[in-house]
Amino acid sequence: MGNVDLNARIPNNVNLKEDRRLQRALEAWQPKYIDWWMEMGPDGFQADEIYLRTAVDVGRDGWAHFDHVKMPEYRWGIFLSPAELERVVPCGDHFGDPAWQQVPGEYRNMLRRIIVTQADTEPASVEQQRLLGRTAPSQYDMRNLFQVNVEEGRHLWAMVYLLHTFFGRDGREEAEDLLRRRSGNVDSPRILGTFNEPVEDWLSFFMFTTFTDRDGKFQLLALAESGFDPLSRTTRFMLTEEAHHMFVGETGIGRVIERTAQVMNELGTEDVDKIRAHGAIDLPTIQRWLNRWYSSSVNLFGGEQSSNAATYFASGLKGRYKEDKYEDHVALDAIYPMDVPGNGGITTEEIPLRNAMNEVLRDGYTGDCEFVVGRWNRILEKAERSERMYLPHRRFNREIGIYASGHYDVKGNPITDAEWEAKHDQWLPSEDDLTYVKSLMKPCLEHGKIASWIAPPKKGINGNPFEWDYIRFDGTSAGVALGASPSLTG
Amino acid sequence: MSTTTAPSSEAASAAPVRFETRPEAYRHWSFQVEGPVARLGMQVSEHEGLRSDYELKLNSYDLSVDIELADVTRRLRFEHPGVRTLVVESSVPRIFCAGANIHMLGSSTHGFKVNFCKFTNETRLYLEDMAAECGIRTLAALNGTCAGGGYELALACDEIVLQDDGNTAVSLPEVPLLGVLPGTGGLTRLVDKRKVRRDLADVFSTVAEGIKGRRAEQWNLVDKVVPSSRFAEFVTERAQELAQGDGPRGRTANAEGVVLEPLGGTYEQGGVTHRNVTLAIDGRVGTITIKGPDAPPPADPAAARANANDLWTLRTARELDDVLLDLRFNRPDVGTLILKTEGDAAQVLAWDAFLAEHAEDDWFVFEILATWKRVLKRVDLSARSLFALIEPGSCFAGTLFDLTLACDRSYMLDDPDHPVSIELSALNRGPLPMSNGLTRLETRFLGAPDTLAAALAHEGPWDARDAEDAGVVTISPDDIDWEDEVRIAIEERASLSPDALTGMEANIRFAGPETLETKIFGRLSAWQNWIFQRPNAVGEQGALTLYGRPERPVYDWSRT
Repeated sequence: MGNVDLNARIPNNVNLKEDRRLQRALEAWQPKYIDWWMEMGPDGFQADEIYLRTAVDVGRDGWAHFDHVKMPEYRWGIFLSPAELERVVPCGDHFGDPAWQQVPGEYRNMLRRIIVTQADTEPASVEQQRLLGRTAPSQYDMRNLFQVNVEEGRHLWAMVYLLHTFFGRDGREEAEDLLRRRSGNVDSPRILGTFNEPVEDWLSFFMFTTFTDRDGKFQLLALAESGFDPLSRTTRFMLTEEAHHMFVGETGIGRVIERTAQVMNELGTEDVDKIRAHGAIDLPTIQRWLNRWYSSSVNLFGGEQSSNAATYFASGLKGRYKEDKYEDHVALDAIYPMDVPGNGGITTEEIPLRNAMNEVLRDGYTGDCEFVVGRWNRILEKAERSERMYLPHRRFNREIGIYASGHYDVKGNPITDAEWEAKHDQWLPSEDDLTYVKSLMKPCLEHGKIASWIAPPKKGINGNPFEWDYIRFDGTSAGVALGASPSLTG
Repeated sequence: MSTTTAPSSEAASAAPVRFETRPEAYRHWSFQVEGPVARLGMQVSEHEGLRSDYELKLNSYDLSVDIELADVTRRLRFEHPGVRTLVVESSVPRIFCAGANIHMLGSSTHGFKVNFCKFTNETRLYLEDMAAECGIRTLAALNGTCAGGGYELALACDEIVLQDDGNTAVSLPEVPLLGVLPGTGGLTRLVDKRKVRRDLADVFSTVAEGIKGRRAEQWNLVDKVVPSSRFAEFVTERAQELAQGDGPRGRTANAEGVVLEPLGGTYEQGGVTHRNVTLAIDGRVGTITIKGPDAPPPADPAAARANANDLWTLRTARELDDVLLDLRFNRPDVGTLILKTEGDAAQVLAWDAFLAEHAEDDWFVFEILATWKRVLKRVDLSARSLFALIEPGSCFAGTLFDLTLACDRSYMLDDPDHPVSIELSALNRGPLPMSNGLTRLETRFLGAPDTLAAALAHEGPWDARDAEDAGVVTISPDDIDWEDEVRIAIEERASLSPDALTGMEANIRFAGPETLETKIFGRLSAWQNWIFQRPNAVGEQGALTLYGRPERPVYDWSRT
């Protein structure tokens, strides 16, 4: 790809036109990215035209440009939020120094690790979701899935931009490795556990975008407080897109709950079998999906006591969520009272605040998730149902951190192995549940139609109605094979 | 100073460290033998380290883990002669070994750190000795995180296989993360054993996250990278391949091993009592007395094996080893050691002759000799002043004479009324080399080849005067001078700076060529011990002190 072509195809505000280093790196990487997208991106729909939002500028009008495009032709761009004048390192030992515009040599390896770990989640989620298009409950939802997918792709570009621009050959190699690893592949897995779990059904997809992408939001918020200014500006812009992913997740689950409540009211029953017979998903099953994905996502914040977290904060590479709301940005002498499992129960220990930074971020996340569950409960309230969803305790079902070695119930109380085994299927999806939810996963791609287990959205995308051609199917599309009408000549 | 003086070391004030264990009692390793392949799986119990003020997370180790490793290395040689391959692996998913526990190091006294590193270095060398001497090939199977001491353990194996999952790396993060060195042979083995190019070794040793995948193989940091899905299978296959054929000196599939029983010594404030070796402490001076054999050697190797745990030569070597370790870890204040023997020199020579005759062909007899080799090296490497007293009734011949050569000085009584003699055996002439690769006689007479030749050609015993003339003892005071000469020498020695003596002895004991071993103990350890004292590592703002704490280290930037 020539330079002229490269500039035309890659919307950016990083002066790509003049940046020979970045051009050289992208020339090599971009074709590999497309190969990866064709191999691991949404399966079966690459020739269709999807009504997608493309960021073409960071200004108010620029970041929400809508058009029908084929995904492989999507214009993945590179955008940083506008520079703040005289920004300073917002936290840690370098607090108050001018923010770094170049990578400080002493932190190069750490920063690269942080960026690679964040970057690795972006293509991972595309891979995890690649088969979902085939079971989309509506064109609207399919379009939202693909919007999420292309934006995760763009987030990968954003991180790769940093690797290419600031980390030399190592950075280019890491950028290639990002395209080499595969979610769930035993020989080349994605770095973080949750991103190797398959997202096989739409209930999982909505939970993933609610809870796992919300981890992403909080990680981005912490990185937005980085003293390394390009990372801060990159992540600030990514956050605007991340918000849409959580919108997809939260409204998705909300619509599933709305539909279930509606069926329960219509049938006048709470009986799971009857609700299922009617093609809706009973609330206890939704709760089990919630428990699974929330607990899995909670792990992503890492160990409760972490010397890495302390080092990242101390070095000014990663701050706290809304760092400016704190008074003490050095946080050297502060402590964090932490619940830790001890002999026969939970005790509170005073941990140096810096070592507890993962937990501080997890606190913010948990609070945010509580609000989400509250909004779902308002849907039940509005439907005049007395049932309520809940957020399990953060100790529940952990695989990483100080609670990983024991079992805890959904309220966070320690329980025995036997109790855990006995309650497992009550708290987490059983084989039965999985079979049932899987049985619902049938495509519903006809104009204006929607699957039985989910309510339609209140409104469509960009002022368009729900009943609208969000996808223009190509004659060769998997969608056509699955019942959609072709609107393009294949 | 009396024996009741409080020890200055924190390690010594804690419960004394004991070095005897057995596989049934291991807390940190699984050990299984299946035909010609033994598998040693690291599975460190977090809460069962030597002290309770740290947790051994992520397969990190302390001395208690290494004591078991040393034990299994020894037992493998004696108890499982049919084994051809040892797989060193981890029983914990995704973690091989995170290295020495940093909190343990950070909270240990300087003396303990030094002795910990010395012991772990000796153990890794024993792994290599085992491979070289018994033909037991060692295969490190790195299934995940392999950092610092974890990688150094792998470096001590013949082959290293690394799981390739796009993420798992080998690393030596000591310099960038902790401000110290990979001091368990890491830097030395990188360039001397694996012959990694120095500039690549430089890059590798400063990247905390390490090097993974194909590049690790290209740089020769590992021998092979294998995809995760084939990893277990590959390790099993490779272990079998390496296990083909018989080992040396009758190490065949059906060779029967010898179980090493506990020595069961008595440990008291005043010393240690074993059957053949005792340690008696008086203030800062300890006297090690070795009893010679009171019976002739067995008729043949089979008879020796049948009586392995009571065999004078093997038992004495093991007991001496135990006393040396007890001194290092539990009695740091005993700076001067007097070495004595009691018994019949002719019997010692008869036992030496037995070893010399059968060591070539019989694996078990060879193991006894190899044990002596290791114990004598441990004497060389002990940071204590060593004086041998060759008195009437002693039996400093052959192997035990080599002990006098390991000492800093030897005093031989010249009293015609109470004649005393020393004598060489075949074992002084080659099979018991020092870490520089030379015998103690060769090292002693490095600048005097004629004197060496004369000593080697000497038949029969030396009396005191001849011995001094031949240069095989330091001095032969007569009966009138003896008492004062010896007393003053010991009192003077015990009054000198222990640090200066440690440095002085370590520098003059090892004349001659450099080897991997001498570099590890003389260069790597010395620099490490210097760094372990420096504020940049252990000061209030030092990297080792602050590791895991919220503060970042602050360095003094001046270089020496």
